[in-house]
Amino acid sequence: MKVFTQLWYIERGGNVLAETHYNDLMQLISGHGGPGFEQAIGEAFGNVARRYADSVEVDTMGNVVAIVKGEGAADKRPRVMLSAHMDEIALIVTKIEAGGFLRVAQTGGFDARTLVGQEVVVHGRKALHGIIGSKPPHLTSPDERKKATPLEDLYIDVAMAEEGVKEQVTVGDRVTLYREPMELLNHRIAGKALDNRTSVAVLLECMRHLQDLHHVADCYAVASVQEEVHMRGAHTAAYAINPDIGIAVDVTFADMPGQDPDDNAGIGKGTAITYGPNIHPKVFRGLKETAEKHGIPYQIEYSQGPTGTDANVIQITRDGIAAGLVGIAIRYMHTSVETGSYDDIVETGRLLAHYIASLDYSEVEGLSCY
Amino acid sequence: MLLKELTEAMGPSGFETEIREIIRKYATARVDKAYTDVLGSLIVEKNTAAAGPRVMLDAHMDEVALMIVHVEDNGLLRFRPIGGVDPRVLVSKPVLIGDKRIYGVIGAKPIHLQEPSERREPLGFKQLFVDIGAKDKADALESVQLGDVAMFTTRYGEMGDNCAKGKSFDDRVGCGVLLEVLEDSYDLPLFGSFSVQEEVGLRGATVTAHRIQPDIAIALEGTICLDVVDAPGHGQGTLMGKGPAFTVLDGNTIANKEFLDFMVAVAEKNDIPYQFRRVKGGSNDFGIIHQTRNGVVGGAISVPVRYIHAPAQVISLDDYHNAIRLVKVLLREIAAKSWQH
Repeated sequence: MKVFTQLWYIERGGNVLAETHYNDLMQLISGHGGPGFEQAIGEAFGNVARRYADSVEVDTMGNVVAIVKGEGAADKRPRVMLSAHMDEIALIVTKIEAGGFLRVAQTGGFDARTLVGQEVVVHGRKALHGIIGSKPPHLTSPDERKKATPLEDLYIDVAMAEEGVKEQVTVGDRVTLYREPMELLNHRIAGKALDNRTSVAVLLECMRHLQDLHHVADCYAVASVQEEVHMRGAHTAAYAINPDIGIAVDVTFADMPGQDPDDNAGIGKGTAITYGPNIHPKVFRGLKETAEKHGIPYQIEYSQGPTGTDANVIQITRDGIAAGLVGIAIRYMHTSVETGSYDDIVETGRLLAHYIASLDYSEVEGLSCY
Repeated sequence: MLLKELTEAMGPSGFETEIREIIRKYATARVDKAYTDVLGSLIVEKNTAAAGPRVMLDAHMDEVALMIVHVEDNGLLRFRPIGGVDPRVLVSKPVLIGDKRIYGVIGAKPIHLQEPSERREPLGFKQLFVDIGAKDKADALESVQLGDVAMFTTRYGEMGDNCAKGKSFDDRVGCGVLLEVLEDSYDLPLFGSFSVQEEVGLRGATVTAHRIQPDIAIALEGTICLDVVDAPGHGQGTLMGKGPAFTVLDGNTIANKEFLDFMVAVAEKNDIPYQFRRVKGGSNDFGIIHQTRNGVVGGAISVPVRYIHAPAQVISLDDYHNAIRLVKVLLREIAAKSWQH
């Protein structure tokens, strides 16, 4: 894994330079972990989170929970869960074809057009580098060029004879995208798995800010599993933690040509705070007011039903949980060149820390009072 | 590592500065004379006072790539291909742009926001942009200029059964073969042409062949290889790992039968695996070299390249080393006057 030598700093208090988790994010998006095999990512998150947390726990599903205790009597501390899924979309081997070429199905939604010519890692007995094949233009008919190859017709080439492949790979082995992280202009980064490791970095940034604040509330920062296959990790984590407030941190759609104006959040324009039926109105208001109070840039995303995030399942866990959703705007979601800004990650971490610090017990008691 | 340096260097057709300097660095110590011509090809000479036929070995330095041609108000860059690039291989790939080598990515609309029918239609050049992270047009123009070229970013790496992946094996693998061949000396006047602009019409070799006036010429190439699942036998071109490939017939060349037989005989005598390129399309610099001046005898020897012209290509290192061996023994046989015409 590449180590980025240039640390990313944010200026605080005029002359204090504090190290951010920029490099940790670069490591997180270099790592591999699809739905159901997030262990390596969870471990990486846990190792950094231990710096701030009173304890770090791993549950049966593989969720990694970093707990930062608040101040005051245990029964008067609001419980806030932050959930950022750490799984990335992945593929799974369905067949080893003659010649050793691999067929795959998906776990998480891929646009097959983005996979042609893509480098991947096949997690067999040992990790194998693979390339998803493409036909050279010299051999392609004009008719063929008008067609997009569906996923089931794509194949992975590990440049190995069939016998060797069968020693290393079995049906059911997982495959993840291979992409080294890239630094673009304006603190923007590009790579794979920004959905949703950017939000895992938000958890780290939040805990970093939280250590400088007085807070009554307990913070449960969860790197959750299996979101890409329907938020299964957040479901059990929310049940176990049973928080008063559960806030999902996930990516949202940044502006690009061909998208509707309301699916066009701005990169580097601050936290996307979601509003709508999936979100408790007081949590929404609290996040928005916190942003305004602390000069944190934000944008509002309007949703009309259950969101495609951990907030979806958190809201309807046990007797119901007051849900919130904050997001990092990224372009090209579910490709290997997802693009977002580290500025948004730092600011979203700061927002969540100040929001948690603003909570007291009377606030959460009022969540059921309509 | 020679192939790593060669494949990771920038050198789109007409913009071969960086790859030329790397090749010059390796070539200079191995030849008597190295110089560039007016188009930018690097010509090397070795042992030109020797008797015997003047032999020209050609490998093109340039690669297929992109050129930035317009900046949108939102800071996204529009581009056009240099050489044959299927836009379907560009989606979700990064590029490195210009001398400053800044990263850009070619993204696509998220699957969540697509209609199912959209996914059946490939994205064309008009729907694709390079994103460098610029906030707007003015911000972008501080980092890129119109006319900047962009190349793929794939790093060289070994994989599988003694194979390697990288960008631009077409034709950096030929450049590698030629450089390795130049390590040895041969008792004949030898000329190497590291040619420019093959991918836009065999243009560099057109004039280097005219200048060199060879008696015999061999183009060293990376060629089509589609020996993959679902590919019919007649469309595979070559088989990876089965040895360097001789051209029988392609878009520009019908092989000289006597010289082809000679090369086959030399390969067999030296127990070097070989194969015939079994596809009609495509071509290489020999297509123009053999029509130079009064005509030139010779042929083409190619290393099979899977996913040629795509960002991540694959070769067998066995094929690469066998191509080097083959060219070396051919030169020795020619020096020994085994080739009589």
